[in-house]
Amino acid sequence: MISAFLHDALIYLAAAVFFVPIAKKLGMGSVLGYLFAGMIIGPFFLGFIGEEGKDIMHFAEFGVVLMLFLIGLELEPANFWRMRNLIIGTGSIQLCGTALLLFAVFLAVGFGWRAALACGLALAMSSTAIALQTLREKGLTGTEAGRSSFAVLLFQDISVIPILAILPLLAVAAIQAPASEHNTLFAEMPGWAQTITLIAAVGLVIVIGRFVLVPFLRFIARLHLRELFTAAALLIVIGTADLMMLVGLSPALGTFLAGVVLANSEFRHELESDIEPFKGILLGLFFIAVGASINFNLIISKPLTVIALVFCIICIKALVLGLTGRLVRLSFDQNLLFTLGLAQVGEFAFVLFSFIHQLNILSAEWTDMMMGVTAISMTITPPLLLINEKFILPHFGVKEKEVKEADQIDTHHPVIIAGFGYFGSTIGRFLRANGIQATILDNDSDRVDLLRKMGFKVFYGDATRVDILKSAGAEEAKILIAAIGSPDINYDLVKKIKNLFPHLDVIVRAKSPLDAYELMDIGVQDIYREYIDASVRLGVAVLTKLGFRKYSALRAGQKFIKYDQVALQQLARHRHDLSTYIFNTREQIQLQEKLLTKDLESSPNVHDHAWDSDLFVDKFADDKRNPQ
Amino acid sequence: MNKILILFVHPRFEKSKTNRTLLKNIEQREGITLNDLYEHYPDFNIDVNRERELLLANQIIIWQHPFYMYSAPALLKQWIDLVLEYGWAHGRGGDFLKNKIIFNALTSGGTRESYCADGYNRFTIPEFLLPFRQTACLCKMIYLPPFAVQGTHLLTDDALHGHAAIYRLLLERLAKGEFDIEAINNYVYLNDWLVQDAGLVKP
Repeated sequence: MISAFLHDALIYLAAAVFFVPIAKKLGMGSVLGYLFAGMIIGPFFLGFIGEEGKDIMHFAEFGVVLMLFLIGLELEPANFWRMRNLIIGTGSIQLCGTALLLFAVFLAVGFGWRAALACGLALAMSSTAIALQTLREKGLTGTEAGRSSFAVLLFQDISVIPILAILPLLAVAAIQAPASEHNTLFAEMPGWAQTITLIAAVGLVIVIGRFVLVPFLRFIARLHLRELFTAAALLIVIGTADLMMLVGLSPALGTFLAGVVLANSEFRHELESDIEPFKGILLGLFFIAVGASINFNLIISKPLTVIALVFCIICIKALVLGLTGRLVRLSFDQNLLFTLGLAQVGEFAFVLFSFIHQLNILSAEWTDMMMGVTAISMTITPPLLLINEKFILPHFGVKEKEVKEADQIDTHHPVIIAGFGYFGSTIGRFLRANGIQATILDNDSDRVDLLRKMGFKVFYGDATRVDILKSAGAEEAKILIAAIGSPDINYDLVKKIKNLFPHLDVIVRAKSPLDAYELMDIGVQDIYREYIDASVRLGVAVLTKLGFRKYSALRAGQKFIKYDQVALQQLARHRHDLSTYIFNTREQIQLQEKLLTKDLESSPNVHDHAWDSDLFVDKFADDKRNPQ
Repeated sequence: MNKILILFVHPRFEKSKTNRTLLKNIEQREGITLNDLYEHYPDFNIDVNRERELLLANQIIIWQHPFYMYSAPALLKQWIDLVLEYGWAHGRGGDFLKNKIIFNALTSGGTRESYCADGYNRFTIPEFLLPFRQTACLCKMIYLPPFAVQGTHLLTDDALHGHAAIYRLLLERLAKGEFDIEAINNYVYLNDWLVQDAGLVKP
């Protein structure tokens, strides 16, 4: 048993470790890498995994559950409330529109109305896992398209419950005894009791979250056993999921709720960093399972049906999404991203289809077909987005205007700013105030539009792409400022610049000391940690408020910044002595500790005796006693 | 060879034609170190250790600055206060600068004639420079008369280049040690000593 498990784990992990880096290098994103890995090791190609792939899928669906917990954690109730119009508006339009259109299409091709409606509902789901993961990797979660995608996905995830509740009503025969695994408390109850159970379960999660979990976590945290906290975090998620399954609700939704409830607690970040690695691995596993479950035999035996179905479904979904995007006034680029990002059929469709099959609404063959279509549509999404980014947007998107404007003999600015959020835009404004024009690279098309109107020279797109860097004038510029918010993307950019445009003077924004170290490792000199100046200036203000003279406080601040820079460089040299694998967060803490100890050892301000006449009053006294 | 350190103090160097001409290509000369203080310490946060190492490494030190309100720009005062500290530059144990040569090289808008008892500025340049002279003395250094380019607003390009040539010559002679301190001290300005000694035409 254990050896079988190890064998499976070996295959999955090896496939992931082998394919994902290749996909990343080719600029395709990790999701596509996982999907490919799944296809290759799946029954059709190498056959390392066979029918048990389905079981793995069930296991890996837990990754989706963890993901929803994390989404909930990031969504404070106040935030959630603020987005309610967007969620309900876009969500309901997308879901109802798609379901109805698909319903009509399926009716037209001869499905019974029950089957058509069930399929319509199931296929209206989009994949939270793929869409959010891809958006995050491209650093697009903060854009309008990102927000709208999030809203739609959230609405879909929530509506899985009512859909699951409605489906039994569509069953052909008077409720057949469902398969034993679905013989839940929920299913046996009369309608009114189901509603009450549902409300009670949701209420229970909220009440327990508020009044039991937070004190419980506090107790665990006080024990200072890191792994126990991780265990507790997993326990919460699994417990919630189990409770939800018991009453027959979607475990994903339950954990999402638990996440929202815990979002307000002080453990939010700790829970996030604890669950994150599990989520990452399980989600990867889930994508592999999706890839492996694609039934290539089916495609080969009925290629036209499959292709037509996939094409039709994606087109219909895209159509409705595009219209929804128009309604909430997304700009063309953003809408395209939103539309293509959500045009696939999501992971919840697997759950819904197997339920639909159990209710005998759909035949086994069609269920298989639909599941295949779902998996294929998920696989198509990353390439679709890639095509959008590389071929469609450059011709039709925001960038187009630039191509037209940009003459062949364009004057190139000496400075390029990559990333124009608060950090980058402050630099840009400062430079402009001093008569220095900069070329700006940003991947938020709305912001790009605005900046163009304000007269900035802006290139739209992923700053780590070589063609965009070239057209922005990286070959002629002197200085490149890497000011992208995501440290990972920023690092990628710097590395590319170092390799491809070595003449460029690179000045980099770093978020944490760890980012700074990684940049130092690849030989970057000009690193600006975004927190350091603001926090020291704040500290100087505190000293002043406590009665320090302003100039003394200012000097203390200047000295501290200088000293901190030196300390950072010294620690950077010894960093590699530390054990090589430490958790990211824990490494941060260790570093903090080292910095603090160093402060104690060499207090940076003790030696400031400038203008301090007290210091040599004694010496003068000494001189008088022993005249030279 | 004497090594020369120019402590250059000018908050608006980019606007000073005179100083740019005086310092043109000066760094390329062997044995001369140009220490541009406003460039190094725009925040007035002087690195005392760096400055001391530079002082120790050179025999001749020049305070080169414009003459603002009868003195040097603020950063030079900051430098003097922070670097020339008790116990290092003066006082007990403060012998590190002993017998080094130091002087002011200044530029002023007012002409030389305006700096006299009857003139517009009522005092002479050496009188205004007394604090520098006494600081040098306190630090057991040898203080030479000033080198001065004056009336800068009225200077023709030719005259300016003449002054620059004299400054080059001065640096060269100081570097080679071709000077006699007693003889120099007979002059009010280093300019005059050079013109006389080398038989140059006064610019």
